[in-house]
Amino acid sequence: MTTLAVATGRIRNPLRALAWAGIVLGLIGAFIALPPITTRSWVPSLLLALLAALAGVWAITRGEKRFGWYAIATAALGFGLAYLATRSEIGKLETVVVWSALFASMLRYATPLIFGALGGMFSERSGVVNVGLEGMMLMGAFFGIMAADKLDSWFLGLLVGILSGGAMALLHAIWSVHLRADQIISGFAINFLALGITGYLFIDIYGQEGTPTDIPSIPAVNLDFLSGPLGWLGDLDWIGGQPAGVFTAIGLIFGNLNLMIWIALILVPLSWVVLFKTPLGLRIRAVGEHPRAADTVGIDVYRIRYGAVIASGMLAAAGGAFLSIGFVNSFNENMTAGRGFIALAAMIFGNWRPFGAAAACLLFGFSSALAQRLPEYSESAAVLFQALPYVLTLIAVAGVIGRSIPPAADGRPYQKQ
Amino acid sequence: MSDVEGGTPPVQPFGQPEGRLPDPEDSFGQRLALAQRAGGLVAPLLTVLIAFVMGGLVVLITTGKNPIKTYQAIFDGAGLNWFFQIPWDFDSVAAFNLQQTLIQTTTFILVGLAVAFAFRCGLFNIGGQGQYLAGAIIAVWVGSSFEHMNPYLHVGLAIVIGTLMGALIAGIAGFLKATVGAHEVITTIMLNWTVLWIGVYFFGLGGPLQNDTQTSVPVSNDVVEGAKLHVFWGDPLLQGLHIGIFFALGALVVYSLILNRTTLGYGVKAVGFNPEAARYGGISVARNYFLAMAISGAFAGLAGAIDILGWQFRLSTGDVQTSVVGFTGIAVALLGRNTAIGTGLAALLFGALFTGTSTRNLDPDVFQPELASNLTLLIQGLVVLFVGVDILVLWLLGRARRRKAATT
Repeated sequence: MTTLAVATGRIRNPLRALAWAGIVLGLIGAFIALPPITTRSWVPSLLLALLAALAGVWAITRGEKRFGWYAIATAALGFGLAYLATRSEIGKLETVVVWSALFASMLRYATPLIFGALGGMFSERSGVVNVGLEGMMLMGAFFGIMAADKLDSWFLGLLVGILSGGAMALLHAIWSVHLRADQIISGFAINFLALGITGYLFIDIYGQEGTPTDIPSIPAVNLDFLSGPLGWLGDLDWIGGQPAGVFTAIGLIFGNLNLMIWIALILVPLSWVVLFKTPLGLRIRAVGEHPRAADTVGIDVYRIRYGAVIASGMLAAAGGAFLSIGFVNSFNENMTAGRGFIALAAMIFGNWRPFGAAAACLLFGFSSALAQRLPEYSESAAVLFQALPYVLTLIAVAGVIGRSIPPAADGRPYQKQ
Repeated sequence: MSDVEGGTPPVQPFGQPEGRLPDPEDSFGQRLALAQRAGGLVAPLLTVLIAFVMGGLVVLITTGKNPIKTYQAIFDGAGLNWFFQIPWDFDSVAAFNLQQTLIQTTTFILVGLAVAFAFRCGLFNIGGQGQYLAGAIIAVWVGSSFEHMNPYLHVGLAIVIGTLMGALIAGIAGFLKATVGAHEVITTIMLNWTVLWIGVYFFGLGGPLQNDTQTSVPVSNDVVEGAKLHVFWGDPLLQGLHIGIFFALGALVVYSLILNRTTLGYGVKAVGFNPEAARYGGISVARNYFLAMAISGAFAGLAGAIDILGWQFRLSTGDVQTSVVGFTGIAVALLGRNTAIGTGLAALLFGALFTGTSTRNLDPDVFQPELASNLTLLIQGLVVLFVGVDILVLWLLGRARRRKAATT
């Protein structure tokens, strides 16, 4: 990870670092036009955008295509945003762009996606395509809230939700590993089944009234000390004219996050370690790239694939359970509404890597958070932000911004000899 | 997502024989297996039977109601009892229900063909939903504009543009597959959702195609009278059966003709069987990928246009978001084994199932329609699940045979 390398002072890939610098410059270009700085002139943003694009072009012409294009895209988007911001009324701008609220809601929107994307990654790294993420997430959402209601405990609810996703994934695994059915068809069957099962039971158990309002929900982690002892730093008021300083903002963002958000954030580096630094991860990747070779050296291909697929279902279901008992505290039919597919998109956009996938989830989460606040400007145009993840992923797989390359044996059933 | 470089098709070309003719020496099991692989009736019927039995068990266990009575109510709700009410009364309730079933069937035939045609080229078109919506969105715009146009021209224009729109959306996926090898499943999923949100944007409050008079309702303008399809059975005001069904039946014939009687169809099938061999034989794989997707999308776009001009007449953001028509096309194509007749029959089955379980048609005294419509989704899921694994049946048969061989 380049970010880590830069942070520790060991720059392994100077071109990529340059591209990253371009990305950061592009972001700064957008940032200075927005509150709290609000330059009201687009000239500085244009200069920064040009610098960012230059860094991108430099990186691309010398071989660092993927991140170079990211820098150029950031420059273009950043300047576009900055230009629009200078044209808009300050009052509206200040109601829409409240960084602490935007970041907090970005994390909330991104969490189910991170769970889903990490799940999808494990499954696909082992060679099993999982388009059933959506269905597994939906199972987690419904069974999570149902068990939390009936057993009167959010922990048991979460557990049951996760197990229900695991059960669906087991079905997918049997179909794609042992029966060697087409994995995409099987995944789609899972989606239909989940839609049918959860919809049926929801109507049967809760009827038209919906879920009760007093269901125990997953608690938030209270970190008030962030705005306590550190809060005085905020009083120094050293950035712009914002009433609350940076540290208070950090307190506002991280002080009261749901437990599941923290778990998702911890799972990202954890998955990276598991996948790239442990024997188990090596086995998973070997099975996904070349199952025959893995089999020859004594790795049980079937067992690894079963494990990975079930883990993916459990992770996706955890994301679903967060939706129902951590985020909105209710359930309605088909409540995941395509989040499983966004998670799939994030995984592809992130090139089947944990940090990449998580970054994509945060980006998509940010676009959702922004879409939620944009109606201040235009009710209908805000909706277009919802399409952003899908369009970006289309561009990514089209190979404009460096190709997304899946594991070699992804989607291929393996037959033991 | 296996074949980024355009290698082997990800999906077995369903309904294709294994390249071996039945041998008189074959056991019954082997013959059955061959018949199944050749797209015989046994596996699809068995699949449907299993799905219905499991659905019945769900009904029995969760509500304690008699599953046979429930299925009979769905059967009646779908108007299929009309055929048994001789002499036929063309104005009865059953006739009305049957009209609804056939309206649904029309759509399902077309979206089923959209999936089936791509399958024959070894492509999995999951984007039927997006292509259907694209056709519907543009058709509602054309149909609600140009108020004083000649009706024949107007209907024709809306249908042609809707069809082309579907072809365009699918063509993007086909183009990406043909040029950079982007997997069509991923691109069509992304296109589905992109089209969905664009539709929500168009018809949402303040959107460019939102209703001119009802400014607080997120819905399109109504299709003008002249652009509506003619209703030939039943009351036009009560959503009678429109002539769209002949388009669907015609599409079945066209589908069959393209695949079996044209060079294009030969190329598509050759690429579907084995892209490498087709390439070696001088057939352009990229061109066929693109064409197969575009034609697939045309079928789905046509479905969208016909739904709008035939019975929906307007499109709301809710319609755009809750529609699952295109996904049902996957089940229809799989169950119909990608043949024209099979697709027609499977579409009728799902059309009846969807109509029979709708709130409007199912007798609530027998079974709660909200539950039943979820039962339909469940059955649909089971059908897709089991239709994908005729290998399961083959394996069971093979094991029985091996056991027999071991004992003798």
